[in-house]
Amino acid sequence: MTTVINQPVAGPSEPHGVAQAKGLFDGPILRQALRDSVRKMNPRTQVKNPVMFVVLVGSVITFIEAIAHPSKFTWSITIWLVLTVLFANFAEAMAEGRGKAQAETLRKMRSETEARRLKPDGTEELIAAANLSKGDLVVCEAGDVIPSDGEIIEGIASVDESAITGESAPVVRESGGDRSAVTGGTKVLSDRIVVRITAERGHTFIDRMITLVEGANRQKTPNEIALTILLAVLTIIFIPVVVTLVPFANYGGASVSVVVLVALLVCLIPTTIGALLSAIGIAGMDRLVQKNVLAMSGRAVEAAGDVQTLLLDKTGTITLGNRMASTFFPVGNHTEQEVADVAQLASLADETPEGRSIVVLAKELFDIRERQLEGDHAFIPFTATTRMSGLDIGSRQIRKGAGDSVKRWATELGGTVPPDLDVIVESVSRAGSTPLVVADGPDIIGVIELKDVVKQGIREKFEEMRQMGIRTIMITGDNPLTAAAIAQEAGVDDFLAEATPEAKMALIKQEQEGGKLVAMTGDGTNDAPALAQADVGVAMNTGTTAAKEAGNMVDLDSNPTKLLDVVEIGKQLLITRGSLTTFSIANDVAKYFAIIPAIFVFAYGLKNNPLGALNIMKLHSPESAVLSAVIFNALVIIALIPLALRGVKFRASKSSVILRRNVLIFGVGGVIVPFIFIKLIDLILVALHAY
Amino acid sequence: MGFFFTLVALVVTLGLTWRYLGSYMEAVFNGRVHWLAWIERPVYRMLGTSPEQEQTWKRYAGAMVVFTFVSLVFTYVIIRIQGSLPLNPQHLGAVGSALDFNTSASFVTNTNWQNYGGETTMSYFSQIGALTVQQFVSPAVGISAAMVLVRGFSRRKSPTIGNFWVDMTRCLFYVLLPIAFVFGIIFVGEGAVQTLAGTASFHDVLNNVSQTIARGPIGFMETIKQLGTNGGGFLNANSATPFENPTGLTNFLSFWLLLSIPVALTYTFGKMVGSIKHGFALLAVVIILFGVWVGYTANAEHQNNPAVAKAGIVATVGNTEGKEVRFGDTSSALFGVASTSTSTGSADSAYDSFTPIGGMGLLTGMMMGEVTPGGTGTGLYTLLIYAILAVFIGGLMIGRTPEYLGKKIQAKEVKLAGLGSLVMPMVVLILTAIAVSLVVGRAGPENAGPHGFTEILYGLTSQGNNNGSAFGGLTGNTPFYNIVGAIDMLLGRFGVMIPALALGGVLAEKDVVPESLGTFRTDNGMFVGLTIGVILIIGGLTFFPAIALGPVVEQLSHLRFF
Repeated sequence: MTTVINQPVAGPSEPHGVAQAKGLFDGPILRQALRDSVRKMNPRTQVKNPVMFVVLVGSVITFIEAIAHPSKFTWSITIWLVLTVLFANFAEAMAEGRGKAQAETLRKMRSETEARRLKPDGTEELIAAANLSKGDLVVCEAGDVIPSDGEIIEGIASVDESAITGESAPVVRESGGDRSAVTGGTKVLSDRIVVRITAERGHTFIDRMITLVEGANRQKTPNEIALTILLAVLTIIFIPVVVTLVPFANYGGASVSVVVLVALLVCLIPTTIGALLSAIGIAGMDRLVQKNVLAMSGRAVEAAGDVQTLLLDKTGTITLGNRMASTFFPVGNHTEQEVADVAQLASLADETPEGRSIVVLAKELFDIRERQLEGDHAFIPFTATTRMSGLDIGSRQIRKGAGDSVKRWATELGGTVPPDLDVIVESVSRAGSTPLVVADGPDIIGVIELKDVVKQGIREKFEEMRQMGIRTIMITGDNPLTAAAIAQEAGVDDFLAEATPEAKMALIKQEQEGGKLVAMTGDGTNDAPALAQADVGVAMNTGTTAAKEAGNMVDLDSNPTKLLDVVEIGKQLLITRGSLTTFSIANDVAKYFAIIPAIFVFAYGLKNNPLGALNIMKLHSPESAVLSAVIFNALVIIALIPLALRGVKFRASKSSVILRRNVLIFGVGGVIVPFIFIKLIDLILVALHAY
Repeated sequence: MGFFFTLVALVVTLGLTWRYLGSYMEAVFNGRVHWLAWIERPVYRMLGTSPEQEQTWKRYAGAMVVFTFVSLVFTYVIIRIQGSLPLNPQHLGAVGSALDFNTSASFVTNTNWQNYGGETTMSYFSQIGALTVQQFVSPAVGISAAMVLVRGFSRRKSPTIGNFWVDMTRCLFYVLLPIAFVFGIIFVGEGAVQTLAGTASFHDVLNNVSQTIARGPIGFMETIKQLGTNGGGFLNANSATPFENPTGLTNFLSFWLLLSIPVALTYTFGKMVGSIKHGFALLAVVIILFGVWVGYTANAEHQNNPAVAKAGIVATVGNTEGKEVRFGDTSSALFGVASTSTSTGSADSAYDSFTPIGGMGLLTGMMMGEVTPGGTGTGLYTLLIYAILAVFIGGLMIGRTPEYLGKKIQAKEVKLAGLGSLVMPMVVLILTAIAVSLVVGRAGPENAGPHGFTEILYGLTSQGNNNGSAFGGLTGNTPFYNIVGAIDMLLGRFGVMIPALALGGVLAEKDVVPESLGTFRTDNGMFVGLTIGVILIIGGLTFFPAIALGPVVEQLSHLRFF
């Protein structure tokens, strides 16, 4: 595990790569959306959205009425009803447009390339990338574009994956192990590799990305289906409410015009959420893509919002990838400064992050500068058999390494083990750190404590998760003692130490047994079964093909902390839908007060128009009242498009706090806002001498 | 002050009822009460069933529909052939087929809408064998249906949701019959008439007129009339007559009886799902809405009737026209709201004579779907349907798949809950539209203008909600209103009950999601508020135009609203 993550955890990751964040109303997208909103007027498209279909049918009725009995009022209503449908189409087209722009970038990468196919006899032949089939072996050398998704079976190469991840630094891909997967469309920068093709044209990773971001054939998610049903119910219920007004009014000796009835119906059915529902869904997926996460289905995003248990790999998620030197412990009669001095010497040639951190710590604590070594010296690299590294200067041999190895080495040279060494080594281990013993020849000087560094801000993040009712479990290969210490420091709820793939799988199943939804990240092939078992499995893009196929999301940045973002986006998606539904329904109150007094002006032949008392907005005339309500109803869709695309602001807190906030804003606000704006529109209509 | 003490006594006794009757009913329906096992077991043997033979919701619903249909036929036939049956001292003849159909539908659906005067239409045999029998079994059906929905929440991954015949038997023998019997004795003791002798006649020598006084087996019918939230009295004047409701004590007990089971069922619910707090949350919804409605209606009745005021008459004691002076305006308003909010529909004053906005209080009490606390069982399941919708919207707003008591509320549940809340307003509005459009329908109301409209709307709302409360003024005993009313009652009954049973079945099959801090809390004030919001919004938005054309315009036409 060498993934180095330096990004702040709490802040949003910078959007880049394919996921170039566009302004909400980006020029070309806007123009395309305007064109699309007209194209979507097709009844066959509209019928998929029952709420807006009713509006469309209504506008046809008022149109016929306007032709039969032309008047300024009937034409105005007709035009605004058509605009209502157009606005809804526009919202959807805007959301789709953003995805389409991304898809366009991706398509460019798929430009026709030629592949060097390796024939069984070892010779190469040139063939079009499109004609490759699964299992073919292709050769890629520096400068070649990898023709399709595959697995390296031979060689090592640095690959430029900026096309999909946006990360300009090349990554190393090599055969065997967990970093053998390559993606079609990425470019080999050095060396030569042989790749076995794992996906045919049309089924590659980029192809899947294109389909996803375009939102084509988007499957409705379970909650979206349930909400669509609720909206259908709220539409069906208002049809008899409005239709029965005809006989009711007749009974009262008043007549109601069809145009006004259609206007009332359109105002009552939940057009606001009906118009924005699919835009919200598309935009939610889009937000994920902006975070460089690809979800294989909307269902997975929704499940992310429901997750109750997060399994998080320690390395890279909770701690920085590397251990850092934190303390020098002298043993015997040595001093701390001596330990620092020798440790720095031993690490001068050690380019690993751990080694660098020892050099830096010595400098910080005792101002020991990096030295230029003079004379005869040789670096002794770390090997798996010696488990030590160090430096020979002349006859002086300096080593640092695992306790047992250094002890054995020093005693072989005739030294003795200081009595306090074992105690210190053990206490360092118990604290969750790694002890390195330093020796100058047979003389054991002291111990370096290499500490796992918990990422900044992660503790607060887990606290937020806890507030939202999400349990965090740290997965680590460390022994239970070490794991407990880190878990304590990072503030996770639980940990799984000495984790094996089987133990991980068992833990997921055990959590699911209790009805909980589990999310996890993984990259290795041995993670694949667990990724498949988890309800939300985020595979790292650096991982193996097996892992990527088992999970239902892929993180292009390979940043395991992203799981937390995914959960928030999932929640935000639902919150936006719920809040706009509440807003839509709450709006009805004001619309009733605008339209009902206007409808029954002459009820029961009562001359003083008693229901005028219900005209609490004091709207100018029956016509202006109805028209104002219809105009508000249409404009509110446009006004809420940015909210639908961005999502309702989400702050991690207790469910009751979130609920209170949203009920106040969208419920209570939803009752009050239309009163104000309908009145305003009415005033404007009067000022324009429209009525 | 008398009213104040009544109120305190009512609150205290209902509190105790909530706790103890609620807990007792939980034990009854979970099969832990056995003191009448010697009757219970032979009944199961006779029906060829046992508590172990559980049914799926479909079989349960099937049994319920068959039972109701058989009851309908049974009731219809008895009333049709009452002339040839015993216990008919007044020699009353067969009841017309349309009226009979309406009456049978009315009693089997727990509506008790009466297009007839009991004392001049029904023989004692019909009153006892047909109507009173249904007054026992129809609330038992409602309670059983509620139990199915409650089991939907309390069970996990269960394909079955109980046994209809067992639930019915337990409800009848352990709950309805014993309580009705004990209070029947009190009613009769207080002076409610209970006799099988025919009418009494005497000659008023002073005025030289002969009078016939109706009487019959009234007392015992009276208690189940209230306890089962039935409302169909023996006499035409219902609880306003001293023969049905003789004293202040019986008036108080009437309040208590008709509120007892619907209120206590919220506790039963809480206990069955393992959280009394959840039961209390539902009770809070009921108390708040009921309180607001009583306050509103009592205040409306405390005003002078605008029509009377317009005539230049200054009234100082509120709107007393049509009220029994023994009770006065406030108590009458309380009785009216209690009876329209519980699906009882009994009356101790003439609702037709309420101020327009006072009558609106009663009307809207029913339009909310009868949930405050509603009928026996029907109130609970309808309230749960609204709660499910509230949970769905609220749950989305906190960013999780909504869940109620650990059961996920998804497409199927929303569809069924939507259906359950959609049918009643649709049926009522469409039938009212038909009635006001046809000559036969327009002939019904006694008054012209908005008041006449309210009379029709009230009648069909009352029947569609299986309430049975009569506004008065509407001549219901016509072929048109008898048949439309019967359709209204049957659709209103099954249109909500079958979705409720299906919900129970669907929910019982689901597993439970463990609760966490992120779960939408369904036992706190926010939930109570949201549920009230859903009830008011669905009821309000669907009926606002109709209300505007009825009571609102009537009140406003007198130039003042309050």
